[in-house]
Amino acid sequence: MKFNSKSKSLLAALAIALLLLPFVTEALLGRGWVRIVDFAMLYIMLALGLNIVVGLAGLLDLGYIAFFAVGAYCYALTGSPHLALAFPMAFPDGVHLSFWIVLPLAALVAGGFGVLLGAPTLRLRGDYLAIVTLGFGEIIRIFLNNLNAPINLTNGPQGIGRIDPVSVASVPLNITQNIFGIALPSVHLYFYLFLACTVLVILVSQRLERSRIGRAWMAIREDEIAAGAMGINTRNLKLLAFAMGAMFGGASGALFAGFQGFVSPESFSLMESIMVLCMVVLGGMGNIAGVILGGVLLAVLPEVLRHGVVPLQQALFGKTVVDPESLRMLLFGGALIVMMLYRPAGLLPSRVRRRELDTDEAAEKV
Amino acid sequence: MNHTTPLLQLSSICKQFGGLSALSDVSLHIRRGEIYGLIGPNGAGKTTLFNVITGLYQPGAGEFQFNGARYQACKPHVLAKAGIARTFQNIRLFANLTALENVMIGRHLRTRAGVFGALLRNRATRDEERAITGRARELLRYVGIEKPAQTLAKHLSYGEQRRLEIARALATDPLLLALDEPAAGMNATETASLKTLLQTIRASGITVLLIEHDVKLIMGLCDRVAVLDYGKKIAEGVPEQVRKDPAVIAAYLGQETPRPQAGEGQG
Repeated sequence: MKFNSKSKSLLAALAIALLLLPFVTEALLGRGWVRIVDFAMLYIMLALGLNIVVGLAGLLDLGYIAFFAVGAYCYALTGSPHLALAFPMAFPDGVHLSFWIVLPLAALVAGGFGVLLGAPTLRLRGDYLAIVTLGFGEIIRIFLNNLNAPINLTNGPQGIGRIDPVSVASVPLNITQNIFGIALPSVHLYFYLFLACTVLVILVSQRLERSRIGRAWMAIREDEIAAGAMGINTRNLKLLAFAMGAMFGGASGALFAGFQGFVSPESFSLMESIMVLCMVVLGGMGNIAGVILGGVLLAVLPEVLRHGVVPLQQALFGKTVVDPESLRMLLFGGALIVMMLYRPAGLLPSRVRRRELDTDEAAEKV
Repeated sequence: MNHTTPLLQLSSICKQFGGLSALSDVSLHIRRGEIYGLIGPNGAGKTTLFNVITGLYQPGAGEFQFNGARYQACKPHVLAKAGIARTFQNIRLFANLTALENVMIGRHLRTRAGVFGALLRNRATRDEERAITGRARELLRYVGIEKPAQTLAKHLSYGEQRRLEIARALATDPLLLALDEPAAGMNATETASLKTLLQTIRASGITVLLIEHDVKLIMGLCDRVAVLDYGKKIAEGVPEQVRKDPAVIAAYLGQETPRPQAGEGQG
């Protein structure tokens, strides 16, 4: 990619803004909001991973959060004292692998699960595929919920706690660190880690999309039979799409586990899968900038409601009339309906979709 | 490769759908470098035969040889790799991609960059991408639609879409180009320029298999013609000879005793 000087300075401004973001957020809204921003970054990574499966290859996946769960439990098991419960002889203190070893492993394991999901569903498309993937997502969650007996692998619904924090160059990120004389609290440190990961994920997505592989995925999305007739091995490429998407999910899962220090099955419900899918659809399927926008909006909106609606109601009525959680679903559903009616291609439609909508409008005018 | 052997040889191909026999015992061969026509009334099994050759259907019985190798129950992408490229009767382009991208996807088969190439974007991958784009533009020019390269396939005119399908098929470097009713819905001018294009393609050394309803086009273009009716091959030979075949006349105009003037109605 080549940048002209204008977009170069724009990029530099954006980079500075992002580097200052945690400080500005903390100064304006408090430290709790930096944590929310951190979660938004995790969601962006997830949504970009799902975008490969849904946006590029056109495979509707409603169980995507399962890969996030697989990645999160990979690090929860290999970076906490928990396994001492199940195997006291082998691991008296549990397993404490370095996060940087587990991260690629988690991605690989999740990728393996992606192939496992992809293989039996190769002949399915659209709604049929959606139902199978939905079932797969639930299977993973229910397994995590119940694998505490006969051997306590996942600690069931109580979840796994005391997960080791992520360390960068043996600097643990869970406590405030002084770097170049600036005190950086834990949420800030994680912000920079997630920012770096997100940038990497964006680059990977972008390069995949504009490659021979990305074009083959789009060909499968557009017309699988024609893609096969053009010599594209549809089976392998669909499996590859599932695996790549799952690897993104698994890696963000491991980051999530290190950040939270605790994982439990309830973080990986069907609602979460749908949430991530909505980020992709709302922002603009197949468009990286759109997916990022969708991720930010949907990750931050519930918190805005939580922090804004209750005080507002208190001020207006003197008590809380509507629970912010139910208001969230109401607004969310309404926004989706409005979107589908007025901007069916998403807030930021992909390059091609936008052009197509433009020309449709032009055709209508004529 | 021995150049006297036929490029494609079908032996006793059968295909049944439930109780319906769509193809029964069809044998034919296509020589290297010829334009071979396949005609027959609606429902005669032409497209079914096409789908068997391109791997979309698996033959119930029989087998075929292509370029000296035997194929049985192969996936479409395997046959595409062997050198059979096709177009579709009801156009199947990648509608939401640009004309250029459609042709670039046709190059998939003859290029190699994988995930690591895409991620690293090393010199080999960049060179390959440049070659893909260059070849795709060349092919768009070759079929005469270089102008709308950046237009979405679905916004092209009907004739342009037909040409784009041919360009996309040519991008796979085929030995045999199989065209399913390429002139359907075209006006006389478009058909005439299609005829020129097909002659150019043949002159470049690619063998052409053509299903067509436009008998005039078939007769003026093909070296040899086979006629299918109710899943059986009822005639084969040079156009002039097939045209006068009583069985062919009967198939096109009904079972009654063929009258001499019936043949003229076909011309």
